[in-house]
Amino acid sequence: MKTYIKTAALTAMTALASPAFAQEAMSLDQKVNEAFAAATGPFVNFIFMSFPGTNFPWIVMWLVIAATVFTVYFGVVQFRFFGHAIGLVKGDYSDPEDAGEVSHFQALATALSGTVGLGNIAGVAVAVGIGGPGATFWMILAGLLGMASKFTECTLGVKYRNEYPDGTVSGGPMYYISKGFNELGLPGGKILAVLFSVFCILGALGGGNMFQANQAHAQIQGVVGFEFSGLITGFIFAAIVFVVIVGGVKSIARVTEKIVPFMGILYVGAALIILIVNYDKIGWAFGQIFGGAFTGLGVAGGMVGALIQGFKRAAFSNEAGVGSAAIAHSAVKTKEPITEGFVSLLEPLIDTVVICTMTALVIVISQQLIIDEATGLYVLNEAGTAIATVDGNSGVALTSAAFASGISWFPFVLAIAVVLFAFSTMISWSYYGLKAWTYLFGEGKTTELIFKLIFCVFIVIGAAASLGPVIDFSDAAIFAMAVVNIFCLYFLMKLVKTELNSYAARLKSGEIKKYSH
Amino acid sequence: MFDAALHGAVRTGETIIMSTKLVIGLDGHSSGERALDFATTLAEQIGSCELLVVYVIEWSPYSFQTAEENAQRHKRREEEISLARERVVDPAVAKLTQAGLTVTGHVKHGNVADTLNKVAKDSGAAQIVVARSTDQSLSKRLFGSSTANLVMEASVPVTVVG
Repeated sequence: MKTYIKTAALTAMTALASPAFAQEAMSLDQKVNEAFAAATGPFVNFIFMSFPGTNFPWIVMWLVIAATVFTVYFGVVQFRFFGHAIGLVKGDYSDPEDAGEVSHFQALATALSGTVGLGNIAGVAVAVGIGGPGATFWMILAGLLGMASKFTECTLGVKYRNEYPDGTVSGGPMYYISKGFNELGLPGGKILAVLFSVFCILGALGGGNMFQANQAHAQIQGVVGFEFSGLITGFIFAAIVFVVIVGGVKSIARVTEKIVPFMGILYVGAALIILIVNYDKIGWAFGQIFGGAFTGLGVAGGMVGALIQGFKRAAFSNEAGVGSAAIAHSAVKTKEPITEGFVSLLEPLIDTVVICTMTALVIVISQQLIIDEATGLYVLNEAGTAIATVDGNSGVALTSAAFASGISWFPFVLAIAVVLFAFSTMISWSYYGLKAWTYLFGEGKTTELIFKLIFCVFIVIGAAASLGPVIDFSDAAIFAMAVVNIFCLYFLMKLVKTELNSYAARLKSGEIKKYSH
Repeated sequence: MFDAALHGAVRTGETIIMSTKLVIGLDGHSSGERALDFATTLAEQIGSCELLVVYVIEWSPYSFQTAEENAQRHKRREEEISLARERVVDPAVAKLTQAGLTVTGHVKHGNVADTLNKVAKDSGAAQIVVARSTDQSLSKRLFGSSTANLVMEASVPVTVVG
């Protein structure tokens, strides 16, 4: 994985990069890595267990079936109420008397800053690198279907949130599972809510933390041009996150929250420029995407390999069905919980269908993936696990190289974007993890501090470990959340249906109307 | 709902009479005192007058916040409103009431210029009285002050007290 050019090693950071230090740090990195892989192995293996006799992980099927069921059950809600969702975000249906409360736009923006992150940049590169361009097709499909999953969980998130006397709110799957099951007279709600919380804490430490720290380190290393210990990046990140979540220095978080949307627009803008410059290849790229989706074009695992990668990375990126967004969306001010469901369905669209697809197109168009000209199939690397790339890059380094082929200085902007995305995702997930933690251990200064400290320690571990074990654990933890969440959503979806029918009828009758602003 | 609240305030007097309404926009600075003094004089000259003292907390539904800030938003909003009432609006209302005028206090969130204009429109006010902006920040230089924006956008006459 670590194939960075060691050219500038003598010019900068000589103390940190001195041979003795580097050697010592590398061995420490390796130790962290090995210990981590050993500790998380059994859990990862269980989550990614394949159906007997196939190489198809059951968890991928679990997510796809759920998204399809919700799409059918709610009558393609993601398309029927798409326009209405836009109207809600614009504030057309917001009571002017509620000015000063959390708006639909703010709830969506906050949730997006938690999901738009490295999944969109590095995760897509992993998907396309292993599953080929065809993975993009399945990723987009998963994104479109996932809109219905997001709609279901976010409606419930608002409906069953806790509103405390002091005016603060707490919401999320742990609340809707326990309250919803109670309301339906079903047993086991509390146990399932606890189970979800445990996985949510692991997910916060994995995908919401270690994966981010790991890839931010890879990106910084790629830009400075020499290898140095991940522990250094880890400590710096941990210190900044510590200052924000423990020290309560909101200004850093606030600045990030403002820069992140700007970076997102810049990222999509840069991708569009590369696409425009290479407009003659766009048709070819889509050909690769569609062709690869059904034939695999020689990738490991063929069509199924492309499908698995596409679905996996979409779920990891937009988190539909995972339950995390329900925590973020639950703070909105609305009398109709379902309105937040409508708004939330825009999230997988922006995250996966727009941003992830941009990354995938740029990687395919820049021809970083090596194709055997004689057969038209992709060439695999030596290990046979992924497609060989021009410089042997994978993950975020692959995306970076793809953008660099069009805009030479873009890796520097990307490095800043990656660091900021990583940071904002960490801040968001520290909150999701904290909510799960306080659900289990109760709210209080000491219990909260313990979680925040654990969170910071995992940043250091994540930055030091290598990509393989980190990505496996991150995926496994996040999918474990989806196992519990989706299982419960099947029981709770009829509550959402009641809300949907009532709201749709009132919208049609004109009872719910726009406010004039 | 907003209309009802404002018109309800009108009916707190012993009889419902057509009266001139003046909106006074305060910004929490000493210059607001001058706006109050001017409005008092104006109201006395007009005679039958309703005064609406309004303090707008600058807020945008399109700003970005962290999940934690969102979770605490309702609480913060209540705190902001009660603080604005306590420090700015209530003292102003007390002062005008003492001068024998009919007055109501309002605290709103939103864009200052838009919100003052909306209050004036919804209540059918004859004019808006504000003090000249004391804001010297960079954003004022870039985007103009709330006072300047109000003057440009208002649908009723605006008096800016220097």
